[in-house]
Amino acid sequence: MLQDTIAAISTAVGEGGIALIRVSGPDAVKTVHQLFRTKADIRTAPSHTVHYGHIFDPRSGEKIEEVLVTIMIGPRSFTAEDVVEISTHGGVISVKKVLDLVLQQEGVRLAEPGEFTRRAFVNGRIDLAQAEAVMDLIRSKSDKAFSIALKQVDGKLSRLIRELRQTVIELLAHIEVNIDYPEHDVEEMTNLYIKEQCFPLIEEIQRLLKTASEGKILREGITTVIVGRPNVGKSSLLNALAQDNRAIVTDIPGTTRDVIEEFVTVGGIPLKLLDTAGLRETADVVERIGVERSRGALQEADLILLVLNQAEPLHEDERELMESLHGRQVVVIMNKTDLPGQLDPEEISRLVPSAALVKMSVLQEQGQEQLEKAISELFFSGQLETTDHTYVSNARHIALLKQAMQSLEDAVDATESGIPIDIIQIDVRTAWERLGEILGDSAGDSLIDQIFSQFCLGK
Amino acid sequence: MSYDAGQFDVIVVGAGHAGAEAALAAARMGCETLLLTINLDMVAFMPCNPSIGGPAKGHVVREIDALGGEMGRNIDKTFIQMRMLNTGKGPAVHALRAQADKFLYQHTLKQTIEETPGLTLRQGMVEELIVEDGACTGVITKTGAVYRGRAVVVTTGTYLRGKVIMGELIYESGPNNQQPSIKLSECLRGLGFELARFKTGTPPRVHGDTIDFDKTEIQPGDPQPKFFSYETEFSDNEQLPCWLTYTTEQTHQIINDNLHRAPMFSGAIEGTGPRYCPSIEDKIVRFADKPKHQIFLEPEGKNTSEYYVQGLSTSMPEDVQLDILRSIPGMEKVEMMRTGYAIEYDAVVPTQLWPTLETKRVPGLFTAGQINGTSGYEEAAGQGIIAGINAARKVLGKEPVIIDRSQGYIGVMIDDLVTKGTNDPYRLLTSRAEYRLLLRHDNADMRLTPIGHEIGLISEARYERFLQKKDLVEQEVKRLKAERVRPEDENAQAMLAEGGSSPLSQVIDALSLLRRPELSYAQVERVCPSPLPLTEEMKEQVEIQIKYAGYIEKQLIQVERMGKMEKKKIPDDIEYQDVHNLSSESRQKLSEIRPLSIGQASRIAGVTPADISILLVYLEHYNRVVAARG
Repeated sequence: MLQDTIAAISTAVGEGGIALIRVSGPDAVKTVHQLFRTKADIRTAPSHTVHYGHIFDPRSGEKIEEVLVTIMIGPRSFTAEDVVEISTHGGVISVKKVLDLVLQQEGVRLAEPGEFTRRAFVNGRIDLAQAEAVMDLIRSKSDKAFSIALKQVDGKLSRLIRELRQTVIELLAHIEVNIDYPEHDVEEMTNLYIKEQCFPLIEEIQRLLKTASEGKILREGITTVIVGRPNVGKSSLLNALAQDNRAIVTDIPGTTRDVIEEFVTVGGIPLKLLDTAGLRETADVVERIGVERSRGALQEADLILLVLNQAEPLHEDERELMESLHGRQVVVIMNKTDLPGQLDPEEISRLVPSAALVKMSVLQEQGQEQLEKAISELFFSGQLETTDHTYVSNARHIALLKQAMQSLEDAVDATESGIPIDIIQIDVRTAWERLGEILGDSAGDSLIDQIFSQFCLGK
Repeated sequence: MSYDAGQFDVIVVGAGHAGAEAALAAARMGCETLLLTINLDMVAFMPCNPSIGGPAKGHVVREIDALGGEMGRNIDKTFIQMRMLNTGKGPAVHALRAQADKFLYQHTLKQTIEETPGLTLRQGMVEELIVEDGACTGVITKTGAVYRGRAVVVTTGTYLRGKVIMGELIYESGPNNQQPSIKLSECLRGLGFELARFKTGTPPRVHGDTIDFDKTEIQPGDPQPKFFSYETEFSDNEQLPCWLTYTTEQTHQIINDNLHRAPMFSGAIEGTGPRYCPSIEDKIVRFADKPKHQIFLEPEGKNTSEYYVQGLSTSMPEDVQLDILRSIPGMEKVEMMRTGYAIEYDAVVPTQLWPTLETKRVPGLFTAGQINGTSGYEEAAGQGIIAGINAARKVLGKEPVIIDRSQGYIGVMIDDLVTKGTNDPYRLLTSRAEYRLLLRHDNADMRLTPIGHEIGLISEARYERFLQKKDLVEQEVKRLKAERVRPEDENAQAMLAEGGSSPLSQVIDALSLLRRPELSYAQVERVCPSPLPLTEEMKEQVEIQIKYAGYIEKQLIQVERMGKMEKKKIPDDIEYQDVHNLSSESRQKLSEIRPLSIGQASRIAGVTPADISILLVYLEHYNRVVAARG
């Protein structure tokens, strides 16, 4: 922890037009080089130069973000170590993606609270008089980080990780007992056995990682737009959603429209409603559907709530709009069920096969449950109700889970190349340690405890 | 009633496996050394199993030998069986295990001690430590002999306030009915040491002529025995087999029926026993669903009929022990010669020691072996040699020797003990080492012989041989890297086909060939023989270094990272009360353990990374202030 390579987002989250990721330590340049495509090779670039390029995922080759990379070779840097700073466009998602990638590189870990400052101090960059202040900073930051970390590992996730770890440690103990008690009559540990034990673990971690993207949705809200012809009940729907769910309203002063986004929760799923100001303009007589003003919002949205007045036949505009929504996540709300119906649900399904149909009377507060169900089914393939979903949302957790999975995959590879069990054990142990870091558990003597509680050993 | 009995540099109390190594090391380093034991016939006695080595333990014996200690040489002279264990696994966990002729073992070691210049062996029970101005300056025996010394190493094994328990029978005793050491325990308590109460046990011994070996499975030694010592080249010791049998349902029934008489469960035993060698009654209660347990019958020597019944450690009453034995196939008519027993004893809580094994409380006083809460001859000997070395270094005015966790199991063990302490008798396991791949049986000399040489325990001639070996191994690795194997080479293609390895389509270097998991050095050697005069041992080194290079490299990187923390020393006058912002738990733990380095501090349970960060900043502050004062 003295001189390994560390990384963290060093701008306040959610503020400012750009975000900065700082990487410091002996492997800083090498690490960023692995992810960064630019004209010059930054490994040989002079100190204090800025490079334009893109961050790529080295595994998939996917382009992640357009960035500026600044190289500062130690000791002429904040920490007096080699420092690379990656400037990304502001916005939580892109900066987190880049940090995720950095943390997945070998030998890099997330900086501890106050660690850049501590390094700067230890390396002589900060004045002696500030020592106490630095210690205060570390204490307060780490206490805060600790309480945040506790909140981030929710009960379900920590229980799952604990179960995973328990399976891993039983496997480890089994390997160890074969090594330390070679003449003992326990089941012989073979490469095949290890491999078979690793597969379900890898699958489970993969499943957890899949929830990472869903977890992000949960945290940030599903980008949603409500569309429909005038007077079909859009505003009423918005009001109903907002009131019933105690919406969080973001005020952006200085605009003529008071509100451009609203957050509501429907059936536990947060929705970020776009362009709600438009919906509130009751005097907008010439409103046309799905074009011009709403077009931007429609493009951006992950979820489209199309409101129809089921008491009236389908309008040409509506038909046109529906045809353009092929393949999108759509919920068609057939509003005003308090009035006699004129709409044919089959026609709607023909027009937008991917759509879910919900009959509602917003006015009479009917059908909200069906709407909630439809939304959750769209996003979680209906699994939300039946299985216990656990969400991994924290960049650090994602990185650690990926590292744990990688170690288990390495172990499987090793079993296939006929590597001896005591060496495969190194990979399995790494997986166990990474999972432990998520919970803040240190290795300690628990492996030894496990060996002696699992196996009957004696002289 | 006391009298002046002489002046020494180093005094060692106790001549078991720890004491013997400590005394030999100190004397060989040029210190006038006294070795005291309660009973001269018990020097290097094996009160429990007649065997040495196995995983981690065998590694320690190799390390002792690489440092210039005696255990490896002594077992090589006196073994009656030698087996390399774990040969189907990776090279790091190959482990040599010997059955000893336990009588020959102790007599041979006693003779070595007697013949060592500068080493005085004497019978006497130490009852008091002389402490003047806070430092230990000598010992007083029961007979009133006052020995003065500049450093004292206490290795009391299980003798300290020892108590033997056999069913309802409990009496004060050391192991094997030896006199216990009562007053020394009181003296240590009087000096302010915190003592723990530990327990261990041993199985009964039986007469070999009354065993029906036909009902057991033979466990022979290796036809080509390997040796513990790097100095041993040849042995014509005759090997004796061990025998395997199992407990039966009847055995378990007898134990269950007599549990009310078992001191383990009646509350008669208060000491904490080792988890890894529970008594048979413990095993049957804790693992009730296991239908049978292994029992190994091990000969105790060439000139005795006694057999050690491994797996049957017990403190049941004598009559129950006999019933248990006779319920086991092959022992239906067995005669029991010695009864198994449990023994309770006092140990010093090892967090009261520096990593040098000197006590923090009393400078000049060192402790080693079971008194430090460990179990096992090898663990004792490993600490013994370090305590002996550091007692001698202290007398000679030299820097102490601390083996790093990346240098040896001895280092792992001592660091664990003094940093974390132990709740039950500590046994070494390979899984305690984080750098297992580096701490191999084969490379103990590479790791420790330079240290042994530097401190004067390894002779010039042996060091020369070591350097030569090292050099030849390096040369051979280079040669393999340069050597080209061509696809036209029919010999090579044939070897590959035979070894189940894919054929060559282009030129490849021999080193890459050896990296293939399915090929061995012996196979590669057939294709491109080495012009160097390599021994089998050297070839093994080459093979391991090349085959596991990737994994070894990974561990070396970890060692390097951790090494920076180990090198960051904490000054001994640091006051943790002055360090702002440490959590109170850390402050208390740090004040108690007084770690020598940031690395050691980071391993203390309860000290968080944030505390380490704060400590680093404080140290920087401290160093700058000290530097400014000049």
